[in-house]
Amino acid sequence: MVTPNSEIEVDREKGNFRFTESHKFDAGIGLSEKVIDYICDVKEEDQWIRDFRKRALKVFESKPMPTNWATKDLENIDFNKIRYYLSGGNRASKTWDDVPDDVKQTFERLGIPENERKFLAGVEAQFDSEAAYSNIKESVGKQGVIFVGSTEGLMKHPEIFKKWFGKVIPTGDNKFSALNSAVFSGGSFIYVPPGVKVSHPLQAYFRINAENFGQFERTLIIADEGSEVTYMEGCTAPKFDTATLHSAVVELVAMPGAKIEYVTVQNWSSNVFNLVTKRAIAHEGATVKWIDCNIGSRLTMKYPGVVLKGKKARGEVLSIALANDGQHQDTGAKMIHAADETTSNIISKSISVGKGRSTYRGQVHMPKNLKGCKNNTECDALLISENSRTDTYPAITVRGNKNAVQHEASVSKVSAEQIFYMQQRGLSEGEAMSLSVNGFVNDLTRQFPMEYSVELKRLIELEMEGSVG
Amino acid sequence: MSNKLEIKNLNVSIGDKQILKDFSLTVPKGEVHAIMGPNGTGKSTLAKAIAGHPDYEVTSGEVIVDGESIMDMEADERSRAGLFLAFQYPMEIPGVTIANFIRAALNARLPEDEELNAPDYYKSLYAKMDMLKIDRKFTARSVNDGFSGGEKKRCEILQMAMLEPKYAVLDETDSGLDIDALKIVAEGVNSMRGPNLGALVITHYQRLLDYIIPDVVHVMYDGRIVKSGPKELALELESRGYEWVKELAGEVAAS
Repeated sequence: MVTPNSEIEVDREKGNFRFTESHKFDAGIGLSEKVIDYICDVKEEDQWIRDFRKRALKVFESKPMPTNWATKDLENIDFNKIRYYLSGGNRASKTWDDVPDDVKQTFERLGIPENERKFLAGVEAQFDSEAAYSNIKESVGKQGVIFVGSTEGLMKHPEIFKKWFGKVIPTGDNKFSALNSAVFSGGSFIYVPPGVKVSHPLQAYFRINAENFGQFERTLIIADEGSEVTYMEGCTAPKFDTATLHSAVVELVAMPGAKIEYVTVQNWSSNVFNLVTKRAIAHEGATVKWIDCNIGSRLTMKYPGVVLKGKKARGEVLSIALANDGQHQDTGAKMIHAADETTSNIISKSISVGKGRSTYRGQVHMPKNLKGCKNNTECDALLISENSRTDTYPAITVRGNKNAVQHEASVSKVSAEQIFYMQQRGLSEGEAMSLSVNGFVNDLTRQFPMEYSVELKRLIELEMEGSVG
Repeated sequence: MSNKLEIKNLNVSIGDKQILKDFSLTVPKGEVHAIMGPNGTGKSTLAKAIAGHPDYEVTSGEVIVDGESIMDMEADERSRAGLFLAFQYPMEIPGVTIANFIRAALNARLPEDEELNAPDYYKSLYAKMDMLKIDRKFTARSVNDGFSGGEKKRCEILQMAMLEPKYAVLDETDSGLDIDALKIVAEGVNSMRGPNLGALVITHYQRLLDYIIPDVVHVMYDGRIVKSGPKELALELESRGYEWVKELAGEVAAS
């Protein structure tokens, strides 16, 4: 444990503390071409990326908010009050000793260096706009695996980077992918050479420290033929009274026979708008699995997708969302079948606590010309109190008669009698609730990497204990 | 310290309906008392009110465990104070295994920085499951989820055996049991009998009392006890029927 420092504001929640800011580079408040020039200058980027960003800004400005189908709460984001780039001006260190003290202490409190020693093949730790630490185990680097930040990726490996960057998720995919394309900074670039199986997970940790800030990391992962990689990301931010924006774009490319597993456990504070676009392309015989756990935030909108482009490709989304009082988890999955014998599986579990609201949106698309495609969708919702709310919007388009789709949905409630039963055995109300919630997600978390299911269980306990008066 | 469970002049309502009327009863530790009575007379209300169910409003009166009033305690605090209720209708908890549930309940009784020793825990759990003839595979099954009536009741007694309460209230534990299951459950309860346990067995039928032989039998009607006596009272009640109870109740009300 780190000894508490007088500069740190501590709260019982693990992520709710912050250091006073000291940023060498600050693009100021609001969004304009000037801000983009500032970012490009600081990063010393090539002209093509400057042009790419400026085009994206125009797309962002031209696109309306998706409030015709999504929540009106989006209108409360004031893009003119957000700071789009903040960094300490240091290059990402390869050893923790070289990381500035306050940043190092932040990540130590979040347990990152300890996890790195225990079970990770590589770690990237991003603090506001830039990575403070980035390192890959020597043995993994020797196999030809590239694991760097997005800026370094586009500068040092343009031949791979440019080929896929913005191809899985085009700038104009949605308003927020356009915003990210205009101001992105940080995130990971990963390339795994053909046949290489990375035995331990690579991890990125995204930390927002500053107020009124937007974090726009950009991640691109390419698993070449027959390779395998697991990537894990964690996110936290301290709680501010003002809104914070997190809007990432994550693109995955699984070449023929490759396997990518992408695990997210986010624990944003309740002032964060979390609007993220995540999509993968799976080529022939490739498998992409998204494991997505959404806890915290004010509003999360995220629908990880897989474009099943090659024969026998497989896509999976396993997601858990917990919406506490005042939070809205609008999550789901997209499966676009574009080749024969492709299979997809979506399992979504959501929990609504107090006045929390969870929404499931799913899209499964199977065109007429395909055969032998299968999809299984299960979405289960658990309501904790009378005021909780859950909605399900499945959109399944299946044409032709040579494909199979299966859809199941359920809504259950933790009843007062159930809580009383558990309390009669000596568990407090909070413990009883967290036990029922963990029971509800249990069959899903069993499929997660062990370290993450333990972390998730602990986060659920914290959320549930905090939710009873 | 007084070693007894005391229920003193308890008045309990659900909504505006008064169910328990000045109900009083004392169960000394080491004794087994039975409460018999027709349906709708307030037996289950008594069990829930003692356990602290929030829907049951105690308008006056007290429940005292070993000299300490538990009226200001939440249900979980009452449990940790040594009170156990075997439910008439045990709740299902999907996804939570029996092993994890009982472990969580035991951990709730330990100081915050202490954890149960896992090997010792399983040893004790398995021994008690064997005694109750519960297949050890049940440790991995969700609590009461998809259980038969008999399995649920045995699971209740297993929890009781693991939590070692000072006082246990068994609410209609015999309902839904065939004769073999009834014997197993009764054996389980009997094995826990001794100077450290006081038990209140609530039942509609005398049948259970052939196997769990009570020290005292109370007859309950319309929210209060109308007659108490030795174990033979259960047999008398069985032969004379609940019409007799109504007559007794009339006498109590008139006196």
